[in-house]
Amino acid sequence: MTAVLEANDVSRLFEVRRGMFRKKRTLHAVNGIDLAIQAGEVLGIVGESGCGKSTLAKILLGLLPPSEGRVRYGGRDLTELDRFAVAKLVQPVFQDPYSSLNPRRRIAAIVGFPLDVHGIGTKAERRRMVSAIMERVGLPSHFAERYPNELSGGQRQRVAIARALVMNPKIVVCDEPTSALDVSVQSQILNLLLELRKDLDVTLVFISHDLGVVEHIATRVAVMYLGRIVELAPTHELFADPKHPYTRALLSSILTPEPGLGIPETGLGEAYPDPLNPPSGCRFHPRCRQRFAPCDTQAPRPLLASGHMTECHLHDPQIDGSLPQKDAYP
Amino acid sequence: MTESTAFAAVAMPSAGARLRRRVFGHKSLVFGASLLAVIVLVALLAPLIAPYDPYAQNLLARTQPPVWYEAGTWAHPLGTDNLGRDYLSRMIYGARISLVIGFSVMVISGLIGTTMGLLAGYFGGTVDLVVTFLVTTRLAMPVILVALAIVAILGGSLLVVVLVLGFLKWDRFAVVMRSATQQVRSQDYVAAAQAAGASTPRILFGEVLPNVFAQLVVVATLEAASAILLEAALSFLGLGVQPPLPSWGLMISEAKAYMFFSFWLIAIPGTALALLILAINLAGDGLRDIVAPEGRE
Repeated sequence: MTAVLEANDVSRLFEVRRGMFRKKRTLHAVNGIDLAIQAGEVLGIVGESGCGKSTLAKILLGLLPPSEGRVRYGGRDLTELDRFAVAKLVQPVFQDPYSSLNPRRRIAAIVGFPLDVHGIGTKAERRRMVSAIMERVGLPSHFAERYPNELSGGQRQRVAIARALVMNPKIVVCDEPTSALDVSVQSQILNLLLELRKDLDVTLVFISHDLGVVEHIATRVAVMYLGRIVELAPTHELFADPKHPYTRALLSSILTPEPGLGIPETGLGEAYPDPLNPPSGCRFHPRCRQRFAPCDTQAPRPLLASGHMTECHLHDPQIDGSLPQKDAYP
Repeated sequence: MTESTAFAAVAMPSAGARLRRRVFGHKSLVFGASLLAVIVLVALLAPLIAPYDPYAQNLLARTQPPVWYEAGTWAHPLGTDNLGRDYLSRMIYGARISLVIGFSVMVISGLIGTTMGLLAGYFGGTVDLVVTFLVTTRLAMPVILVALAIVAILGGSLLVVVLVLGFLKWDRFAVVMRSATQQVRSQDYVAAAQAAGASTPRILFGEVLPNVFAQLVVVATLEAASAILLEAALSFLGLGVQPPLPSWGLMISEAKAYMFFSFWLIAIPGTALALLILAINLAGDGLRDIVAPEGRE
């Protein structure tokens, strides 16, 4: 497998100023991410709200330039490529299908918009391509002349998928494409994405906070916490043998269909930390049950063992594991 | 798909038929638009329908009352003014002035304000700061005083009034377009257009502008109406359109000496002004309801 898109030590900072006379503060939405997206895979990215998933998606889409680091495609920086080349490489599917379709355009115009922008084919050819892709995503042809507000959420998301695929991009970045949909429609959209991935040979980056969805669709999963990837492994391995305490907590948070069990206890305790003022050392340590001596002073390094990456002192052979355990909740 | 067959089974009226029903079902839009259409038609056909030359004086027939008074005659249905000019003809030609001013001021200020608002809302940052500063500066100047001063320096004429008002009244366009654009800017379809490789002008004109158009229509009608009123006020103060041009504001001004003897000389152009403003505002309100996307079935 070869990498289609590579992120090397990518960071994105935002200057935040609360109130006119306060000092500007820096928010590291994405902090030093290394990621190689392999051709043909479905890369799931999971994490809590505010962990930088969507910022990473925007960076991979070329919509937001990284503050540090580079995103490379075939050895060339994404920012060096012109916008047409980037558009042919990677296309988005957004979370909210109610805001991702221009309410003043007809469905055919929305789906064909990328073709218009790139000036591909004649008018008749473009119409043919649009109706072909609409049929492929399961939209009846008479929807072509409708406006988005005449469609349901699931139908709109199909339109968004059709628009993303009409250019035949190499990668489609889906930013929580099912979280705004009904559960019954979610599975339709997920299965559609999986089918299309096989048929059209497209690589998917699938961002979600729903672990069940990611387990169903992804071949590899990256777990993000406060702007960093803390664990990255093939799906079955990650779900069978999670290494990072955060991943373990996340997995224990999956709701079971058993009624009497109630809401599962994750052991995460405290609320999500303030990203403007991240914890020292390992960013996860204030919420970690297994933290010990080096955790609040020393940042863990990425440890790679046969395709399974973890950032945690627990698994670092150079860290003395016999150091005293600290109280989980101060 | 089963849901598509369910949709197809219900016979939908065509898009044109639905639009027609929406337009004609909107009573205040129909009323405002028809009234406006009548006034525009009268203004366009002025030379054909005006019974007299609006400038022809007849000192033997001064301040004749309209036809519904006992002394009134059908020779002058709305009577004559203090120089014996036929009031109906002057009213008809006066409609031209009001409409020309309202329309041209709206276009000039609309172009300036919409451009500034769009750019400020879309780009934000420094562009936004500059535009906000310009709007604040402009808002610090009272329109009528600045207009009076400039007209006093340059001398009053139709062109000067149009230019002065046009370059003064863009503030509301800029403010409304800025906030409307900011809202649209944050929508995912703008990001999708960027990701599709669309150029910034294409996004501004194709994605943003059509979605702020409803607000633009409302501001445009309000501003046209307000420009017409301002012209009337300037002409009333003697610093707008110059006599003998028949502007409705100027006619009110000329009649004020006769207010207690020939009340209709003020009442007729005053009523006409009020009706025109009402027509424009009703039509604008109705148009907004029709073009707003959330109003679409």
